[in-house]
Amino acid sequence: MTETIAHQDSDDAADLRPGPSPSEASCEGAWVLRAITQLERRLAVQSFPGGGELVIDAAAVTAMDTSGAWLLHRTIRALEARGRAVRVQGLRPEFDALLRLVVARMPAARAPAAAAPGVLERIGRKAWESVLGGIGLLAFVGECAVALARALAQPRRFRWRPILYNVQTAGFEALPITGTLSFLLGIVIAYQGAEQLRLVGANIYIVDLVGLSMVRELSPLITAIIVAGRSGSAYTAQIGTMKVTEEIDALRTVGVAPMDQLVLPKLLALVVALPLLTVYTDAMGIFGGMIMARAQLDVSFPTFLDRLDEAVSLKSYLIGVGKAPVFAAIIALVGCYRGFQVTGSAESVGRQTTVSVVQSIFLVILIDALFSIAFSWLDL
Amino acid sequence: MNAATPSDAIVEVRGLHTRFGPAVVHEDVSFSVRRGEIFALVGASGCGKSTLLREAIALQPPAAGSIRVFGREVVGLGDEEALPLRRRWGVMFERGALFSALTVTENVGMVLHEHTPLDARLIEEIAALKIALSGLPADAGPKYPNELSGGMRKRAALARAMALDPELLFLDEPTAGLDPLSADGIDVLVRNLRDALGLTILMSTHDLDLLWRTADRVAVLGEGRILGIGAMSELASSNHPLIREYFHGPRGRAAREQAWKQK
Repeated sequence: MTETIAHQDSDDAADLRPGPSPSEASCEGAWVLRAITQLERRLAVQSFPGGGELVIDAAAVTAMDTSGAWLLHRTIRALEARGRAVRVQGLRPEFDALLRLVVARMPAARAPAAAAPGVLERIGRKAWESVLGGIGLLAFVGECAVALARALAQPRRFRWRPILYNVQTAGFEALPITGTLSFLLGIVIAYQGAEQLRLVGANIYIVDLVGLSMVRELSPLITAIIVAGRSGSAYTAQIGTMKVTEEIDALRTVGVAPMDQLVLPKLLALVVALPLLTVYTDAMGIFGGMIMARAQLDVSFPTFLDRLDEAVSLKSYLIGVGKAPVFAAIIALVGCYRGFQVTGSAESVGRQTTVSVVQSIFLVILIDALFSIAFSWLDL
Repeated sequence: MNAATPSDAIVEVRGLHTRFGPAVVHEDVSFSVRRGEIFALVGASGCGKSTLLREAIALQPPAAGSIRVFGREVVGLGDEEALPLRRRWGVMFERGALFSALTVTENVGMVLHEHTPLDARLIEEIAALKIALSGLPADAGPKYPNELSGGMRKRAALARAMALDPELLFLDEPTAGLDPLSADGIDVLVRNLRDALGLTILMSTHDLDLLWRTADRVAVLGEGRILGIGAMSELASSNHPLIREYFHGPRGRAAREQAWKQK
């Protein structure tokens, strides 16, 4: 087999046209993939008038690949459907074999694709998916609680190494980014406030503005949002990829509960790390405000710190830091839950990671709003 | 099969050296694959079969040596320059490497979309044909790779490798991880493809049955070199200790008897 069969570099235009008599047709040229489009267009307008037998002389076919063979076969079928008895002759043996292979394997006419769902159906499906997602998340929280209770009953079930490792990656390694952003946020708030306060000559209240807003609201929130983007996404991607590669199943078969190994350490580590990060970002934010206050409003550092003591009560400070563990739990649970929702494909990992970050940030802000309402009811 | 003349060699490997850090994988490997032949690379795990395939399809450069495919040097080609060559060959990866976000039909069709001006309907029909040729049932087309069994995934990968009607197929472990029945199916498929389409096939494999039933010539890789090259019957009578060990273990004998019975 030394000659090329399917791929001659000839550019003979492929064609199938009626012959001198109605019972004859001739087929020629290179019936290959790159000629298919033109060939199909030509065949669509070509008519083979008459009835009865049609003999296709294919001796002049110079090349053929599977796509060409398929097109020839399809054309013959169409002719036969119109009542012609078609016979191909003169086709080179190797092309003939190819044609026969295609005929033997040719799939039956495929079923029409299911109609695209309508708008209502799509809305319904989406809504139902969200409901199921919500229920799934609740079930997951329950499972986690059970696993945590079991671990508390038998403290040696705690896996300390992954907990410490997660404190390091989600907490310690997040110090530079959270600190920088909080510092910048402090500067921005002080700067915006300075303009207004200078107008009314209430320069010293810059301390109240920066101190309260950072400690009570902004610092816990911005830290949680950064950590959701940094660590929540990582949790989803890690667990999701482990699911794709069947590592989760492998864990289960060697008798390690994925909850104990993967979820609890992340949850506990983040519940410890996020409040600590918040304390740090509180300090960085206020430091940013202090620098701006001195530059813009001539409030010196000692004056600022003196006033800070009165402006920010211990209560406000604890409320701010106290929200952090709740945010941490949300981020860790949503991140891990979305990881477990991954199915099969790489695309699914990406989609669930997106959902994880969006959902945890949404929930963090929602819960923060609920906290504000609750605290104002309780007069805190 | 005629003796190889230079123009007859589809793949020509000369003086190939590969190293991973201090580990030497290939040390002066040379062979050539002739047009229309099924050529198999065998050898123990880690002897560099898959690495050699990856080098031949310009995914990874060797430390030294030359690999010519269709008469063109592959070593040192960038993705852009390799494109005209890559359109002329198809590759089936060991684990299928199907795009998990696309259905089987889309996996095959995507290659056609990328490289031909065909319209969507034609592409779908041609994709359905390739899927049928690879031996998959018609209802496999709209399925996603993670809904398929291992054997079906391999066939789908083969369908994608054949999308552009290549002249040369690289198959990395086409039967690894398959049950005997599916593996038999692949044997027949590989031979049919060569016979009907005139393909040249370069594969790496561990599967002795596949070797006995399909391979025209086999190269045994070991100790970084080609230990022996030739038809299975010639290799089976080789005196090289590593080749003997490879072909005359209990599995090797069984596969050989099986192949004889079938002939």
